[in-house]
Amino acid sequence: MLSYQFMVNAFEAGTIVAIVAGAIGYFVVLRGSSFAAHALSHIGFAGATGAIVLGLSPFFGLLAFTSAGGLAIGALGDRLRGRDVTIGIVLAWALGLGVLFISLYRGYATEAYALLFGQILGISSRDVVLSAIFALLTLSALLIVYGPLLFASVDEGLARAKGVPTTALGVVFMLILAVAVSEAVQVVGVLLIFALVVTPAAVSARLTNRPGRGIIIAVLISLGCTWVGLGTAYFSPHPVGFFVTSLAFAAYLAVRAGERLRSALRPRPAPAAPPG
Amino acid sequence: MTPPPPALWAQGLGAAYSGRTVWSGVDFRVDQGSFTAVLGPNGAGKSTLLRVILGQIRPVSGRIEVFGSIPLRGHSDIGYVPQGPLYDPDLALRGRDFVGLGVDGHRWGVGLLGTRQRRLRADAAIAAVGAQDYASRPLGRLSGGEQQRLLLAQALAGEPRLLLLDEPLSHLDVSHQGAMVHLISNLARRLRLTVVLIAHDVNPLMSHIDQVLYVARGRMAIGRPEEVITSASLSAIYGAPIEVLRDSRGRLFVAGLEEEASHPH
Repeated sequence: MLSYQFMVNAFEAGTIVAIVAGAIGYFVVLRGSSFAAHALSHIGFAGATGAIVLGLSPFFGLLAFTSAGGLAIGALGDRLRGRDVTIGIVLAWALGLGVLFISLYRGYATEAYALLFGQILGISSRDVVLSAIFALLTLSALLIVYGPLLFASVDEGLARAKGVPTTALGVVFMLILAVAVSEAVQVVGVLLIFALVVTPAAVSARLTNRPGRGIIIAVLISLGCTWVGLGTAYFSPHPVGFFVTSLAFAAYLAVRAGERLRSALRPRPAPAAPPG
Repeated sequence: MTPPPPALWAQGLGAAYSGRTVWSGVDFRVDQGSFTAVLGPNGAGKSTLLRVILGQIRPVSGRIEVFGSIPLRGHSDIGYVPQGPLYDPDLALRGRDFVGLGVDGHRWGVGLLGTRQRRLRADAAIAAVGAQDYASRPLGRLSGGEQQRLLLAQALAGEPRLLLLDEPLSHLDVSHQGAMVHLISNLARRLRLTVVLIAHDVNPLMSHIDQVLYVARGRMAIGRPEEVITSASLSAIYGAPIEVLRDSRGRLFVAGLEEEASHPH
C-alpha cells in the first residue's frame, strides 16, 4: 500500500489534517461552535467552486471564503449566539451559490464530488507541503492563545473582567478554525467536516475533564479514524469519507454505550424506608 | 509615614449605560481591609459600579481611584466573582482546572513553565474555600453553591487585594448564605483583603460589614448600616415614605417600596 506515492501523500496529508482538526475541535466543542464550523465548510464550498470557474486554485478559494466567513461570525460574536437559523440560512445560500458555480464550469462533476466528500487519494506532494505549512501556522496560533482562549471559552464574562480581549479572540479562533476546516475538506470534504473536527472532540469530552488531555485524546481519535479509514478504503471500493465518518461515529457510540454500562453496573442505593 | 491609599476612592463619580445616566455625583471611600456591602433595588446600577471599578466602563464624570491609580482592565489586584447562573451541565472541565485559570489563564501562551506553581496556588485556593471534595469533578455537574465556591477560589487564586462579588448569595438558600458570608469574612481577615459585595438582603451580612453603599435613584448613600438603612435615610433617598422595621431577632425589613412591599432588606 505504501509503495504508492499517492497513498503516502494521503497518509501524510491525513495525519496533518487530523492533528489540526482534533486540536481545534476541542475548542469547537467547548465553545459550542460546532454549527459555525459546519457553516464555514459550506461557505468555503462557494469559494472553492467559484475559484474553479475563474480558473484559480480551489483550495485558495476555499480558504478565502472560510476566512471571510470566520471573520464575520467571529466579529458578530455574541449577536450570533443561538442564531442557528441565521447561520443556517447563510450556509444554505452559500451551498446554492456553489451549485451555480458548478453549473457554470463546463467541466467535471468529480471536482464538485471531491469538494463535497473529500479527495484525499488525489493529493499531490505539493499539497502535503502546503498542508504542513498551514498546520504549523494554526498550531502555533493555538499555542499562543491557548490560556486566554480556554478561559474565554469557559466563562466569557469572567475572562473579559480579567482583561482578556474576548471579541478579538473570538475572531482569531474563527480564523484558525477557517484554516483548519479548509485543510480538513481535503480529507473528508465539505459535507463531512463534523467527523474530523467535532466527533473526536465530542468523544474526548466524555472521556476526560482535563483540558490538556482533552486535546491530546481528540487528536489521537482523529488520527485513528483517519489512518484506519484510509487503510480500509485502500482495500475496498468504497470512499474514504465513509470509513472515516463511520469510525468516528463508532467511537462515539462506544463511549455512550460505555457510560450506560457503567451506570447500570453501579451498585444501586438501598430503597428508602417507607414513611411512618 | 503616609497612610496606605484607600482601596477605592471616588469623587463626583458618574456612570452611564446605553446613553442613560445610571448614577452621578457619587463620593465614597473604601479603606483597605474593609468589608462593604452594595445594596439597592434591581436596575439601580450596582453591577455598573463593579464594571467601573473593573475598568470595563469609563465613568462619564468625576474621578475614581483603585489603590491610588485609575482603573485598569484586567487589574491584577482585583479578584472578581461574577453573578452565577449555572454552567452548562456538559461543560467538561474540572473545577480544579477552572481555578487554575484564575492564576494565569489570562496570559498568552501555554504556560507550561508555570504548571507547578499554578497547581500549588490553585490547590491553596481550593483548600481556602473548602472545595477539596469536589474540585476534581466537572464544573457543569456541580451544584450552584459548589460552583460559587469554585468561582471564589478562582478569584483568590489570582492573589488579589480587592475582592468584588456580584450577588454571591442570591442563588443560595438561607442556611448556605450564612456559611458563605462567614467564609468570605474569614478569608478577608486572614488574607487582608478588601471586600465589596453586592447583595439584595443586608441581614446575612449585618455583623460582618463595615459600611453600606446604597444605590438608588441615580444616587449613592454611604455609611454604616445603622446610619444608611433607617427610615429617615431611605425616605430621603427614595423621596417617598419608607419605613425600616426591626423584628425581634434584629433583622431589618424595608416597607414602602412600591415594587417590593415588605421585601426583606
